Amino acid sequence: MSDKKEITGLTFLILLGLFSPLVLPNYRVQLSELWIFMVFASTWNIQGGKMGYNSFGNIIFFGLGMYICASTQIAYAFDLAEWTEAGGVKTFVHSTSQYFSSLPLGLILAGLIPALIAGVLGSLLLGLRGHYFAIGTLGLGIAAGEFATSVQIWGGGMGMTVPVWPKVDGKDLEIFGGSMNFFYSLSFLLFVMVFFTLRWLYKTRFGLILTAIRDNEDKAEAMGVPTMRYKVSGWIVSAFFMGIAGGLYGNINGYIEPTEVAFAGATFGVYMVLMTILGGKGTLWGPIIGAIIFQVFKEFFWTYFLGWQSVALGFLIIIIVVFFPEGLMGWLRGKRPEWFGEIVDKNARLAQVKINTND
Amino acid sequence: MTNILEVNNVSKYFGGVKANEDISLNIEQGSIVGLIGPNGSGKTTLFNSIVGTHPIDKGSIKFEGTELSTLLVNEIPPLGLLRTFQQTKIYGQMTCMMNMKISKKTSNNYFSMFEKIPKELDEEAEQILSFVGLYEKRHLRAGELSFGQQKLLELAMALMNEPKMLMLDEPTAGINPTLINGIIDRLIKINDKYKITLFVIEHNMRVVMNLVQHVYCMAHGKLLADGKPEEIKNNKKVIDAYLGAH
Repeated sequence: MSDKKEITGLTFLILLGLFSPLVLPNYRVQLSELWIFMVFASTWNIQGGKMGYNSFGNIIFFGLGMYICASTQIAYAFDLAEWTEAGGVKTFVHSTSQYFSSLPLGLILAGLIPALIAGVLGSLLLGLRGHYFAIGTLGLGIAAGEFATSVQIWGGGMGMTVPVWPKVDGKDLEIFGGSMNFFYSLSFLLFVMVFFTLRWLYKTRFGLILTAIRDNEDKAEAMGVPTMRYKVSGWIVSAFFMGIAGGLYGNINGYIEPTEVAFAGATFGVYMVLMTILGGKGTLWGPIIGAIIFQVFKEFFWTYFLGWQSVALGFLIIIIVVFFPEGLMGWLRGKRPEWFGEIVDKNARLAQVKINTND
Repeated sequence: MTNILEVNNVSKYFGGVKANEDISLNIEQGSIVGLIGPNGSGKTTLFNSIVGTHPIDKGSIKFEGTELSTLLVNEIPPLGLLRTFQQTKIYGQMTCMMNMKISKKTSNNYFSMFEKIPKELDEEAEQILSFVGLYEKRHLRAGELSFGQQKLLELAMALMNEPKMLMLDEPTAGINPTLINGIIDRLIKINDKYKITLFVIEHNMRVVMNLVQHVYCMAHGKLLADGKPEEIKNNKKVIDAYLGAH
């Protein structure tokens, strides 16, 4: 997109980030979720949009990050096994200093460990192409959920609670505007980090090679591009941010359940694909626009037409597929190519190839 | 003169099909060599064997003394050996200029992945595109080009990579006959000016006769004959193979 439109878009996002929790204080959970969803869609877009590898496995990094962050936070101050065994009945409360030193540590590990796992899994799985990769990652996502169900130290199928906001004299600590504002700000900050990382990445050789892999991987290989390295690196970037998003979401939700919250392939796993396609895959802004529309749509139906939300979601999918197969950005690109820096010249299209043999 | 490429006793079987059997050939540095043969005679299979698309069953392939048969597909182009495809392979959603710019050879270390594409490449890409006659179309998406134009783009992308040797799979197939003389001229210039050795699969005998210095002819997976174009043209075995008298 042109610089002017990008600045407009960014201004809008920053205003939305700063003022929406003030205007709609009752919707802070949904607004935090919105930024997390933008991270979902933007990072899924690296695989599904830019690189042309439809991954249904990105959710595992989210789930892993969630468990890793919570475990680190807990194990920093208490015995993890004792915590999960208590199942939330016994009260464990972190002191302020414990809470604020364990959380950053948890979030960093929640980013790094999934990134490492993505490196290993990627080297094995990214050799698969097209539908095979999609099916492989789909299996992986389901397996991860089942695996988490059997890990006793994480509470198995029961799930586990996340440390609560520290208390002083029985009252919630009044710092950073309280728990809700604090995690809202972190979610917004994470999105900003993701946005600028991807904005930079897509302008480098890395971004262009991802597109080249989508368009013709065989050609890229034949031109000497070590495509595996690019594919794995892309997945590592996605996994890193998805892991941190998981760590944050666990704290926002307060409770981790293996298949409904952490490895929620049927909800979050599908949403991230849907949001990206709705907005326009392969573009920087598509997933962001898609996430905003999707979250508003979802909350509207959940609130006013409860029970009909799945029907509405199905309807939305049909509308996207039939009328906007390339997403809103793709549709816009078709209508207004000059907005996307494309030079449309009729003469160029009609020009004959001439080879001047005299020069 | 030294040989840039040496293929020794290469065999490639697909199950019971002997696609290449005991093929040996040498390509002299700086020369233009042709490879002809009826459809299905194993020419493209030989190309694929050389650039590592599939492992070979027997034999050895050496490029400037380096054994290629144990290398991966993406490890061979950095050595300076590049091929183009019979069915064009280009990056359809990207503009021609982008296609060109990412074809530039880079040091394949981890940090070069995150470098920006230097501005200077624009000029170089434009120059090469006008060399193959695609200058006016440089801002179009590569997927919008016709088949023949995509062939030219592939050639231009290969030149951008500055190879030592280029293997072209039917460079004039699907190209307007009036342009063929232009292509022949360009290929000779590539060989002469940029000192790129050419190994060309071609069906158009006019191109073969005007372009190459040495021809190898294949039939049924085996090397039938080789020699100067005039000798091959009058070779009884070659005439039989092309006329289908087997």
